[in-house]
Amino acid sequence: MAKRVMTVDDSRTMREMVSFTLRKAGFEVSEAEDGQKALSALQAKPVDVVITDLNMPVMDGVALIRALRADPKCRSLPILMLTTESDSGKKLEGKNAGATGWLVKPFDPEKLVDVVKRVAG
Amino acid sequence: MGFDHLRATYFEESGELLESAYAQLSALAEDRADGDTMHALFRAIHSIKGGGGAFGFTRLVGLAHVMETLLDRLRDGALEGTPERMALLLKATDALADLLAAEQRDEAMPAGFEDGLIAALAAVVEAPGAAAPTMAAPAAPAAPAAAAVPEGTGWRIEFRPHAALFRHANEPLLLIRALRALGPLTVSAALDRLPGLEALEPEDAYLAWTLVLAAPLPRAAVEEIFEFVVDDCDLSIDPLVPAVVQDDAPVMAAAAVAAPAGARPEPTAAQSVRVDVAKVDRLVNLVGELVINQAMLLQLGSTVPPEVCPGLVAGLETLSQHLRELQEGVMAIRTQPVKSVFSRMPRLVRELAAQLGKDVRLVVTGEATEIDKTVVEQLADPLTHLLRNALDHGLETPEAREAAGKPRQGTVHLSAEQRGGRILIELSDDGRGIDRARVLARAKERGIVAPDAVLSDGEIDELIFMPGFSTAAAVSSVSGRGVGMDVVRRNIQSLGGRIAVESRFGEGSRFVLSLPLTLAVMDGLVVSVGREAYILPIAAIVESLRPRPQDIDEVVGRGQVLSIRGAYIPLLPLHRAFGVADAVLDPSRGIVVIVETDNAGRVGLLVDDLVGQQQVVVKSMEANYGTIAGIGGATILGNGRVALILDVAGLATLPQAGASARHATAAAVALH
Repeated sequence: MAKRVMTVDDSRTMREMVSFTLRKAGFEVSEAEDGQKALSALQAKPVDVVITDLNMPVMDGVALIRALRADPKCRSLPILMLTTESDSGKKLEGKNAGATGWLVKPFDPEKLVDVVKRVAG
Repeated sequence: MGFDHLRATYFEESGELLESAYAQLSALAEDRADGDTMHALFRAIHSIKGGGGAFGFTRLVGLAHVMETLLDRLRDGALEGTPERMALLLKATDALADLLAAEQRDEAMPAGFEDGLIAALAAVVEAPGAAAPTMAAPAAPAAPAAAAVPEGTGWRIEFRPHAALFRHANEPLLLIRALRALGPLTVSAALDRLPGLEALEPEDAYLAWTLVLAAPLPRAAVEEIFEFVVDDCDLSIDPLVPAVVQDDAPVMAAAAVAAPAGARPEPTAAQSVRVDVAKVDRLVNLVGELVINQAMLLQLGSTVPPEVCPGLVAGLETLSQHLRELQEGVMAIRTQPVKSVFSRMPRLVRELAAQLGKDVRLVVTGEATEIDKTVVEQLADPLTHLLRNALDHGLETPEAREAAGKPRQGTVHLSAEQRGGRILIELSDDGRGIDRARVLARAKERGIVAPDAVLSDGEIDELIFMPGFSTAAAVSSVSGRGVGMDVVRRNIQSLGGRIAVESRFGEGSRFVLSLPLTLAVMDGLVVSVGREAYILPIAAIVESLRPRPQDIDEVVGRGQVLSIRGAYIPLLPLHRAFGVADAVLDPSRGIVVIVETDNAGRVGLLVDDLVGQQQVVVKSMEANYGTIAGIGGATILGNGRVALILDVAGLATLPQAGASARHATAAAVALH
């Protein structure tokens, strides 16, 4: 069965790029535009990997990572941060909050697929 | 979906983000900002930059980067948002919009276009008093892995995870698998630290692995596998000198990843879906078919005596009602707020005001009003033109305003509201208004009205929409490149809309655009010609009348003209245009419907009779028949008959139409 990935980003372009890349690689991808929406969507339907932006309205990426790690069901859910160079402070925060790994925007599509495969198994 | 699609999404979204950025900037400028304003502004620029990087729009990314840096310092309070700084950000946003637009057209702005702004922004960020910038430069395209030279024959990896590795949801098994994908791998686990069961902490880490990868790979390839876990483990990666293959050690891997929780109820989280417009159009068409079907059923139903089928009429009524709701619902999918076009206007006003040396305040209301997507997209040009006119011709200079006892700052009000099935868009200014004496004089001079014509104020105001009215005197670098109000009217009419003007000399003008909510359904007047029925778009109709015989003149070689209130308009008998037999031939025994055309002024269409007004579903004929002059489409009437929808502008250009209004006037004037 195809592994399920959720991309969380307030930028539709970014979400679609991630979706497009991963769908081509055979993943099933869902999208959420902020942390809050991601959380409620994940309650309804769990995924195998979450890829999240850090800078988002309503609930940012770091808060999302914390909330997921606080949920026993999501403790071993791989969470990747999609960051920009200028987010270095936030990236550290995200890592401390329990992020599994990170990718830098603009991302290399092959690298994205490799990393997702690596953390999703 | 492919790359082009992603690009399209990027530009669409960037447009929305720019709108948001402008909205936040004006909130900041008008002291309406709240805690989230600066964050939203930052995110907008940040997202434009993020996507831009992915497409390799380096100039745009460069500008966005310094903007972002400044915004970040403003956001965390390291710098204060002075009016100068906000003005600089506004300019930078304008430039960013230009760079985006250029990329979208696959063009480039002139070299160095944004350099001055970048320097100015950088100067603010690096000014004394501001803490040194901490942000890194924008990400350069990922450099190819440095040393791609293979080292030795393989790698020996000692890997001992810490408990933190598991807390980050990393999984040794998957790392080992990833290594195995690189080449032959021998795995041996060190179990020496594994305690007895009673002492085992389930969340601690006890295992270590020795991994021998027998493949001549660059070190970076191996390091990459461990990139997320280097801080959470003891790791050593050493070149394999003599190839050691140990295949007697116990091979072990960590426990499998917990399987994702089983099937759950379907997700309910999605709050919006993005749908291809073509799919919506298909729905709109289907609903259109249903509307026609229902009209037929209603007509049939009325022929069935109630006692034969008692519930029929009530059932049909309910059907009609539901259908109307369905139609509204489906149409609503295609609508979008006028905000997307309104939001471009503040910049236009700012730039024009600066260029013209005028002080102008733009007040925008009703931005959330929704209208058909196609209409929104086509509103930009006419609105831009009206706004340019208002600033250039309408509003006076601050000095002139002061002399006239008005505030130095002129006000332009742009608003939208829904009224019934139409959207009203109003653009008003408190400028000098229309100088009717000058307008009339010019119209006479240009032969648009007869020299001795006496016109009401309303009729004079209407003259500004006549083709050929715009004169060299009215053309300036700002509002005219030979494009006049007639083009604005044509644009609006092609959307099934109307435009009207009200003006008070010295006090200002008000333009009202009335637009249909949708283009798929149109208000039409059904007219009969012989045994045929045609539909005229209500929006194009000025008036209808039965002319007196003495009002009709024959112009040799040019056909008939109708004299109406001192003006002459050409008559176009529809029966002649379409070759209909058994039609009324004498204008004084039929009805003349006067329509406004954008290319030939007013034209009188001779028909037999007016049947009635109704909403018609527009069916395109282009796919099957190509473009036919004079025909805008077709519809199916309640009785099941197909009726052609007339395109009045196209009709006026038919050879049978004879003279244009101007020719008619000139010829008729010569005749008398």
